[in-house]
Parts: sequence; structure tokens; C-alpha cells
Amino acid sequence: MPTKLKTDPKPIAGSQQRAPWINRLSGTTKIVILLGLSAIGMVSYDTRYLVLLTAFAFIFYAAARLKWRQVRGLVYAIIGFTLLNLVLVYVFSPHYGAEIYGSSHVLFGSGFFVVTTEELFYLLNMTLKYIFIVPLILAFLYTTDPSELAAGMNRIKIPYKICYAVELSLRYIPDFMREFKQISLAQQARGLEISKKAGIWQRVKGSSQILLPLVFSSLDRIEVTTRAMRLRRFGTQKKRTWYMSHPLAKLDYGLIFFTVVLIVLGIALFQVNGGRYYNPFN
Amino acid sequence: MSTPNIVFKNVSFQYRNQTEPTLKNVNLEIMPGEKVLLTGPSGSGKSTLDSLLNGVIPAEFPGELHGQVQINGREITELDITALSFEVGTVLQDSDAQFVALTVAEDVAFALENDQRPVPELHERVAQWAEILDLPELLSHKPQELSGGQKQRVALAGVLIDNEPILLLDEPLANLDPAAGKASMELLARLADERGLTVIVIDHRIEEALQVAFDRLIILKDGQIIANDTPAEVLQTDVLLKNGLREPLYVTALKDAGIDVAQLSGLDDLPQLELPAQMGQQLATWQASLPQPPVETKPQPLLRGEGLNFGYAGQPPLFTNFDFTINAGEMVALVGQNGTGKTTLINLITGFLTPRSGSLTLGSQPLEQLSVKERAERIGYVLQDPNQMLSQTMVFAEVALGLKLRHVPADEQQTRVAKILKVTGLYPYRNWPLSALSFGQKKRVTIAAVLVLEPEILILDEPTAGQDLAHYAQMMDFLADLNRDLGVTVVMVTHDMNLMLSYADRALVLDQGRFLAQAPPAEVLTDQAVIKQAHLSHLSLQTLAQKAGIADAISFAEKFTAYERSKQHAYQVEN
Repeated sequence: MPTKLKTDPKPIAGSQQRAPWINRLSGTTKIVILLGLSAIGMVSYDTRYLVLLTAFAFIFYAAARLKWRQVRGLVYAIIGFTLLNLVLVYVFSPHYGAEIYGSSHVLFGSGFFVVTTEELFYLLNMTLKYIFIVPLILAFLYTTDPSELAAGMNRIKIPYKICYAVELSLRYIPDFMREFKQISLAQQARGLEISKKAGIWQRVKGSSQILLPLVFSSLDRIEVTTRAMRLRRFGTQKKRTWYMSHPLAKLDYGLIFFTVVLIVLGIALFQVNGGRYYNPFN
Repeated sequence: MSTPNIVFKNVSFQYRNQTEPTLKNVNLEIMPGEKVLLTGPSGSGKSTLDSLLNGVIPAEFPGELHGQVQINGREITELDITALSFEVGTVLQDSDAQFVALTVAEDVAFALENDQRPVPELHERVAQWAEILDLPELLSHKPQELSGGQKQRVALAGVLIDNEPILLLDEPLANLDPAAGKASMELLARLADERGLTVIVIDHRIEEALQVAFDRLIILKDGQIIANDTPAEVLQTDVLLKNGLREPLYVTALKDAGIDVAQLSGLDDLPQLELPAQMGQQLATWQASLPQPPVETKPQPLLRGEGLNFGYAGQPPLFTNFDFTINAGEMVALVGQNGTGKTTLINLITGFLTPRSGSLTLGSQPLEQLSVKERAERIGYVLQDPNQMLSQTMVFAEVALGLKLRHVPADEQQTRVAKILKVTGLYPYRNWPLSALSFGQKKRVTIAAVLVLEPEILILDEPTAGQDLAHYAQMMDFLADLNRDLGVTVVMVTHDMNLMLSYADRALVLDQGRFLAQAPPAEVLTDQAVIKQAHLSHLSLQTLAQKAGIADAISFAEKFTAYERSKQHAYQVEN
């Protein structure tokens, strides 16, 4: 039975008209950039540096040529989450900024919830981290062929069994969803009411009846899949090759080199700033 | 004289958790380049033999092996599953589970990837095998986008890319429509001849498999080989029917007509079979003596769909302004090629899917406002895979579940469940755990669980899939009894043309969201254009009738299948 899950042609999604350069990047490059920059970006609180990373990230975002409607749901969700996060950080520790920067310029208010320039600056830095990482993730998510992902992960020395596990889960997600739906409907036909005609408690309780057949059918599936893989010698060698891996091109090497430079720069800034924070209040 | 590449000498095998051996003293030699069809009733040891050949035993199922197994001159005890994979390529029954990669190309390359072959070689050999198996335009496709036949070709490519000399196929005809099954067997025969492969096909669909030439037909029963000869010679004996296996119907017809089939050479190759005039005469006389089965018409509409429109998101509409009628008390076969909308239509009826527009009425009640649960009380749906329906641990509780969830009083539950268990022959198993039942028994439990709600219509998706002849006949006769005695309307989705002719009052032939035909099965099976378009197949009985000079081939087929049913029925009653 065809389902609506078969929407995406090659990459996880994406506009494919003229294959922008970002689509030609190897999966390895994308993983190195994403992991490297998010690590240094999470550690650093140097505003100038974060702005630089943001600019870099937006180059990728622009290159991915995503349609707004493709990403807006995700973007709204992240904005909502970020705002909530900022409010909570402020509520729980309104003096954290003053503590870090060793000064306190009161803008307004008084008492525990006093608003200082230092706290706002600290929150600004946190926000910048999201602003740089989200476009980067979106750009890569929508331009990476899932098949290439496992090959790319394996190249940076992640054990191939783990990489293949990722590939297999991508392979079986549509099947699993279809199976879940089918079992759910079959159980409803048996008499389980989980449509809107039943109360919420009834629906939650009913859903558990779907689990048993789902678990059993998944276990069966895993057994057969494992057998199919063993019969074609999966796991017999220390390494394996990947049909979908393609050698790194000049552009890949260039971008990896640039990423390394950016990371080194970030670390150098720790030295200059005498820590993770850039302090404009001195 | 070449040496055999598979040798079994006095082989017995007992699984570790069983008290008796599953294979008993098996002796067997298979020569290079031979094409062998291995068959046997459920539980005969077919799968055990298969697992010994590809190393799944002992890798997954340890046990005790006695005797000697040699593959390509090497002792099996020296070969593990990995070493064996270079000698024996296995295509599993579930070609979907066999597909372990995200795209066709990667799946074909899988074994070579695991051997660490360099990437350019992977691309070269994948391209080469894609060409051989007619897959090039599918290389970037995902498994969900392929038909059953295409998945099987991918599985073959993914195995043959290793150049193993022996190819092992487990039920290659399951899950394929008749036309795809035939194409698949023909492809296999061509590959085997071109590449000198030794091919072992394990399947109980003997007639369908024998559409291509096999060198040998081996029958296993209770772990022993009870026949091992050319198909023509095995077909001359009674060994198939005696052991609960389905004989090609034309062979049964010849035997029933009292014709001495030992006189006929090449009995396995019907198109080339030469039937002497006198035997043709004998068959014609015999068939003339058979009673013509009564044709009943049941014109009272029960379930009606009008102006239905439906399509999956992002795809062209499947049903446009579609009408259908199921009449009260009839037994209907819904047939057509895979992916043509049969399951979708059933899902629209059961409420699993919702049409964009159009109406569905059962009797005088519109169905639109009814939930899946409410519809199920009047329209019972038995899915193809019983495991998707079963959610309890014990048989009785499973059958009672529908009543319990509908708050039927406990004592009424008891009586209704007991009654249905008796009707379905499951009463002795009422306190059994479901996990101890066979596939066919589980299927029967799901039918009982649906029937206990006393629906007016029973819809079954492939009611006989995965069952040998004995169980098949039991199941179908049971459904026919239900239909006759309780007046339950039965709708069966099936690929089995014999089933359709034997049991259905009417056939609905679906093709790409419209009906190609709605007529008695006999009429459908004589319409050449419909057969081709809907991926159905001719009956071998029709070909036989032509050879015997019987003008009305389809009435011959009808009479014969009716006769056959009464014969089987008598046989079951005896036992």
C-alpha cells in the first residue's frame, strides 16, 4: 500500500533544481563542520566570534535555497523554545551576568529581579548560539542524502556498526510508521476506541493495546533483517566500504581547513579574553 | 561426469530445544547447474534443510547434526555462515526484510561493501548487475517505491553480485501476483541457464513454480525425502495429493478421468504436452458426466459505494467517482495486480481510510459517521498478517476481546466465544497461548475474533496465504460453510485464480482504481484482455481442455473444481 511517506526523493528533503554547491559537499565535510563549529560555538561566549560564526552559517543557509514553508514549522518551534529558555535563565539567575562580568549596570528594577546590562548581554550571547546553529543544521539536514550520512560518519572514525545502525533506522522508519498505523487501525476494529468518540483516559489506555503486537512484529522484523545482513557478510570485517561515499573534493578540503582555522581562532580568543567570555564592561 | 556440488549423506538434525530430530536420515545429491524444486507440507523440514545449506544453522539455531553435508566439495562443519555465503546465495521469503539499505544501488552493493571492495568497483559491478536484472532506472529508488517483483529482482542482484554457484530461494512466489510470479520464475530460469547456476527453489506452489522447467522435484515429509525425481515422474505418482500438497490441477483432472498418466511423457510441461486423441476423448466423456454446478444469483445489494473519490497525499487520485456493490449473501473475490487499489478499497470500507467524497452505505445505513470500531461490528476485516491483529496472550481472551471492549456481559461473552470457537474448530485450543499456534491457526483465531461480533460482511485479505493444501481446503470450506449456513457475505482479496473459480460467486477485477470486470469467475478467466491487463493468469485446466478438444473450457474448469471440492470434503470428513 503506498503511503504519503514516500515524499522525499533524494536528500532528506530539499530544493533540487540546480544542485547548489552545498549538495555536492561530502557528508563527512558536513559532519565535521557541524560538530566542530557547534562544539566551539557552545563553549565560546565571545560575541564577536559568535557573530562571525553566524555569518558563516548563513552562507550555508543561503546556499541550501530552502523554501520558507519547508522550515517555518521547525523555526517557530525553535524560536518558542529559545524564548522560554531565555526567560527561565533570567528567572532562575538574574545576577549571573553580573557575576561573570564582575560589574553591575542596573537598567531598571530593583531587588532580586533587577535587570542589568550584563545579564542582557549574557542572554544575547546565548541567543547568538541558537542563531548560528539553527540555520547550519537546517541547511545540512535538507541537503544531505541520508545514504551518504552513514558513509560520512564512518569516515570520521565512528565505528561502522554504529553508522549502519543509523542508516537502518532511516531505512525502517517509514515501515515502522506504516506498521504502527496498521496495527492501531486493526486494534480499533477489534473494538478499541481511540477516535475522538472516546475520553482521553480511554485513548491513552487503549494505545497500550497497540504496543504488544507492535513489539512482536518489530522483533520478528529485526530477526529477519539481521539474518539477511549476516547472509551477506555484514560485520565480518574490521572495516567496510560504502557505495555512497565519494572522495573529498577541493571544496571539501577548503571548507574543512577553514573550519579548523575558525576553531583555532576560537581557542586563541580564550587566551586573549582570559576565559570563555568576552567582557566589554572593563 | 561432474561431481555433485551438494551432498547429504545420512543427515539428521535435531534443534537444541526439541526432543525429536527435524531431519531424519536425508540422502541427497545435487549436480552443478541443476534446477531443483523442494517442497513439502508445513513442518516437513524444508526450512531446516534450507538453513543448513546457507549456514543459518548453526549460526542462529544450534542443534545436533549427524551424517555428512558437503557443499562444493567441502565439509559443512568447516564452513561458517560467512564462508558459506560465498558458495550459496540466499533470497529470503520476505524480500522487504531482505532489503537492508536505503536505496536499490546500496542494497545491491551491500555484500561487496562488507567485503571492503573499493568504491569504483562497487559502482561498476552494481551497474553491471542492474543491467542484467533490468534495474538501471530504479537504482536511486527506495524500497517503499518498489513493487514485489522489483524487490525480488533487487534481492537477486544483491546476492548474485557475489557470483555464488548455488542460489537458494525461499518461497519466491509468496507476495507476488500471478503474472509477477510467472515473470519471476522465468527470470530465474534464464539466469540459471546463462550462468550455469545451481538453483534450489523452496515453495509449495508447485503448479506455479513448474511454469518453468525444473530438473528435479524433491518432496520432504516429516523430515524425510519421500520423492526425488524429475517433475514429470513425480507427477505421475500420487505422492503430492497423498501428502497434503497441491498437485497441478490439470494432472489431477487427468488422473480423475481415469487416464493412465504413466503413458504421458513430459507431464510437467503442459504447453508442450501431447495428449493422444483417445485420451482427449476419455477426458471429454468424463467431464460430460460431471454435474454442472448450480449458478446462484444474489441480487440484493448489501454494501454500496457511490461516487467515491480518494488519492494518497502527493499522488494522483486512485479512485475517481468510483461505484461498487456487494450483494447480500454472496462470496466475492477481489482480484487485480499488486498496488492497484484492492487494499485501499478495503480500507475505505472499513474506515481505515477516509474518502475525499462519495458515500458508503450498508443496508440502509450510511457509514460515514461510524468510527472504525463501530464499522467493525458490522463489517469484519481479517488482515493478511494475523500478528497485526492479535494482542492477547491466550486464545480465549483474544476471541473475547472484541466483546469485552464492547461491554458485553461476562456470561454472554462466555457463551458467544465458546460457540465461535466450536464453529472454527478452535475449541480444543481455547486455553492455549497464542505463541504456541501455527500461522494457519493464528489466522483462524483472527477469523474467530472477528466473527464473534457477528458481522454481516466478512472481508479477508489473502485468506489462504502461507498454507498448504490441507489447511487451505479446511479454511476455504469453513468460509463457504459460514457463507451458506449463517448467510455471512464474504469478500476475499486474493491472487489465487483456483480459489476464485472454486469459491467465488462473483469476481471484481480492479485495475488502477476502476473495475475491469464484475462477473462470474468463469467469465473473467476466459477474457484474454482482462487477464493480461489485471495480471491474472489462465488456469491450467483451460489449456488442458483445449488439448483435449473440449470446446467449453471454462465450464470444464468449473465442473472439475466443484467435483474436486466435494472429493476433498469427503476426504476431510473421513479423517
